[in-house]
Amino acid sequence: MRASFTAQGSATTDCDDRVLASVFGAYTVSATFWLLFATAVGVLMAYKFGAPDFWPGQWLTFGRLRPIHTNDTFYGWASLALVGIAYYVVARSSRTPLYSAKLAWIGLALFNLAAVAGTIALDLGYNDGDLEYREWPWPIRLIFLAALVVTAWNLLVTVARRTTKDIYLSNWYILGGVLWTCIIAVVAILPWYQHGLGQVAVSGFYMHNAVGMWFTPLALGIFYYALPKLLNRPIYSYALGVFAFWTNLVFYPIIGSHHFLFSPLPWFLQTTAIVFSVAMLVPVWGGSANFLLTMRGRMQEMAHSFPLMFIFVGVIGYLVGSTQGTFEAFRSLQEVWHLTNFTVGHSHLTMYGFVTFAIWGGVYALLPLATGKEPSRLGLGLHFWTALVGSFIYVISLSVGGTVQGLDWIRGLPFIQSVADMQSYWVWRGVGGSLMLLSHLVFAWNVWRMTYGRGQSPRDDSAAADGAAP
Amino acid sequence: MNKLLLIAGGSTLVYAALALLMGVLPGVELSNTAPGPGVNPLSELQAQGRAVYVANGCSYCHTQQVRPLQQDKVFGRPSAPGDFTYQTPELLGSERTGPDLTNVGERQSSLVWQYIHLYNPRAVVPQSIMPAFDWMFQVVDSAPPGVTAVPLPKSYAPAHGVVVPTHDAQALVAYLLSLKQPPYPGADSSSAAVSGAASATAPASATTSATAAAPGAASDEAAKGQALFTATCAACHQATGEGLPGAFPPLKGNPVVNAADASQHIDVVLHGLQGANVGGVVYGSPMPPFGATLRDADIARIINHERSSWGNHGVPVTAAQVAAERAKGH
Repeated sequence: MRASFTAQGSATTDCDDRVLASVFGAYTVSATFWLLFATAVGVLMAYKFGAPDFWPGQWLTFGRLRPIHTNDTFYGWASLALVGIAYYVVARSSRTPLYSAKLAWIGLALFNLAAVAGTIALDLGYNDGDLEYREWPWPIRLIFLAALVVTAWNLLVTVARRTTKDIYLSNWYILGGVLWTCIIAVVAILPWYQHGLGQVAVSGFYMHNAVGMWFTPLALGIFYYALPKLLNRPIYSYALGVFAFWTNLVFYPIIGSHHFLFSPLPWFLQTTAIVFSVAMLVPVWGGSANFLLTMRGRMQEMAHSFPLMFIFVGVIGYLVGSTQGTFEAFRSLQEVWHLTNFTVGHSHLTMYGFVTFAIWGGVYALLPLATGKEPSRLGLGLHFWTALVGSFIYVISLSVGGTVQGLDWIRGLPFIQSVADMQSYWVWRGVGGSLMLLSHLVFAWNVWRMTYGRGQSPRDDSAAADGAAP
Repeated sequence: MNKLLLIAGGSTLVYAALALLMGVLPGVELSNTAPGPGVNPLSELQAQGRAVYVANGCSYCHTQQVRPLQQDKVFGRPSAPGDFTYQTPELLGSERTGPDLTNVGERQSSLVWQYIHLYNPRAVVPQSIMPAFDWMFQVVDSAPPGVTAVPLPKSYAPAHGVVVPTHDAQALVAYLLSLKQPPYPGADSSSAAVSGAASATAPASATTSATAAAPGAASDEAAKGQALFTATCAACHQATGEGLPGAFPPLKGNPVVNAADASQHIDVVLHGLQGANVGGVVYGSPMPPFGATLRDADIARIINHERSSWGNHGVPVTAAQVAAERAKGH
């Protein structure tokens, strides 16, 4: 069952490698731009929580910036970065050239076109409702869907042309992710069955599936490829990975309504969502255990390899963030945390602590292999520690603050008291967010060195170079 | 090829089935929810206002869903499925950085207050962090006929001219004032089933958590009075009791608040007031009645806070006095 892929693909030529490297590099550079933009918007919003009259005017009100921040993080940064890595992983682990570079470039153009048009539309006040993560007007979401379809086809044919016998586990997750997300996008766009409370049910389904059936499988796909590659040992249990794949597929789509506990949605729908939120512990703990057991006994090397450190944080983020999500779905805890800033902390723990760290781990592990250029150790260290400390401050301040907020409401204090009590936590959130932005600037510098700039000498990719260094 | 078909095709089929079951079918089914009694479509102006609300992402901070929980009672009765029939796009929201707006038209019914607050929320609620929507207003030399200028406090008013709302602001405020929950026959029993408490729509059983505990020491009573005042009255009359000149009358030094006979004071809180005349100044915006939303003991606490703060020295009242006044009717 195990596909060994430490040797470079036999069926690919130098020309194919260069094409793959330029596709991977361009997606990463593009994604990095969106990361910087979305984070800058986030920091500006954080500042406005303390100084609401700072930089006023309709183009910069919170209500317009918030969906810009979330959509550009999701569909600009994370989607582009994950697709870039996915192209590399799929082609390499299938030991075949990328099916079509042209389709990859078309996809890149479509993804960027959607994100640019979506950002402008939202800032001008054009949206399809304040429906989380599907605010872009539908023609723009059609462009995004077209980008997805192009990507799915390109990846699918690449795997179909593999020279390996088996389809490596990473590709299960990656192919699944892109294909399922095409369905999610269609379900979200079609308007004629979504009115009133019906739309609430679709929103619950959509907002969790857009995250959990798109970012999660692709990020896990990266783990399954990059970890064995960096450690030069196979994944602990291939079967456990397959088991987590199918359980994730069956459990995840059912939990969306837990975003609307205590709402007028039918009670059985909410209860079903809670039950399967608990069931999600199976794939989450199974997957996490698989990654951690693959790392077991190699902590010494990990401490010397920043790509591995990024992936380690990503795995912990996956484990902690998803487990927290299960607990948040309990009615007793939801009574305190729902509608508070605790949720915002949770979404940053998962989208940042898990997905974004997984992307960084994948980029640092694989992009140098593709381009032959490495970032400096200083750049890696600065990025890692600033991002880690920043996100810690961010998540902890909002988790504590959100709890205070929820308890204020339960104690029946005047509402404005919960706003006043949040002020110091919002300041700390801004501090954390600023550190995160700082780390992204360092990341951008690192990406530049790995792609178009002048990087360090290429490393020997037959072993984990960073890990092997004394 | 077969393996690829199994993994990609098989999982996609499974997913499509689940998407149908958990997303599409509930959507289809619940889209047909019949409107509850008294739930009506919006007027044209109100619908335009709702579009302004959506375009500016108001629902990223303001929910429109009242949960059957004790802490949500201040926002109205629990939301029912029939409330949402005409609400597309849905605006339930996921964050409550600002208060829930399901019933704001009932809770904060003053047109003038809504305009001042929209222009700059800090003009009426100093601790608010809501953005200023002053770009929905125009500064003109004098208000055109049929339009009333917004009576802004001096520190927020422009140096020259007066501020009048644009069409967007008029529509938005019309929408906000339309947000009133119709009484729902089933609400009482369903909320009791969930949280074991009675509905906020019934005056006799309405409670706020601030008063749920047994009455304690005098300072405890005073603290409760202050909390109730902050939650219910300070938006207009301000924490300083000074009101807003030209918009909302002061309570500080107000003869009604300081009168030995408290019956008029109680009457105003219970039944509201139109065209208040304080110190020779007539105030145009009506005061809403609170008899339906606050119970006697809480009204007494609020009145006692007003009678003992800001240098006022009115005689304290009891819940029994409020009950007696309530029994008299308006």
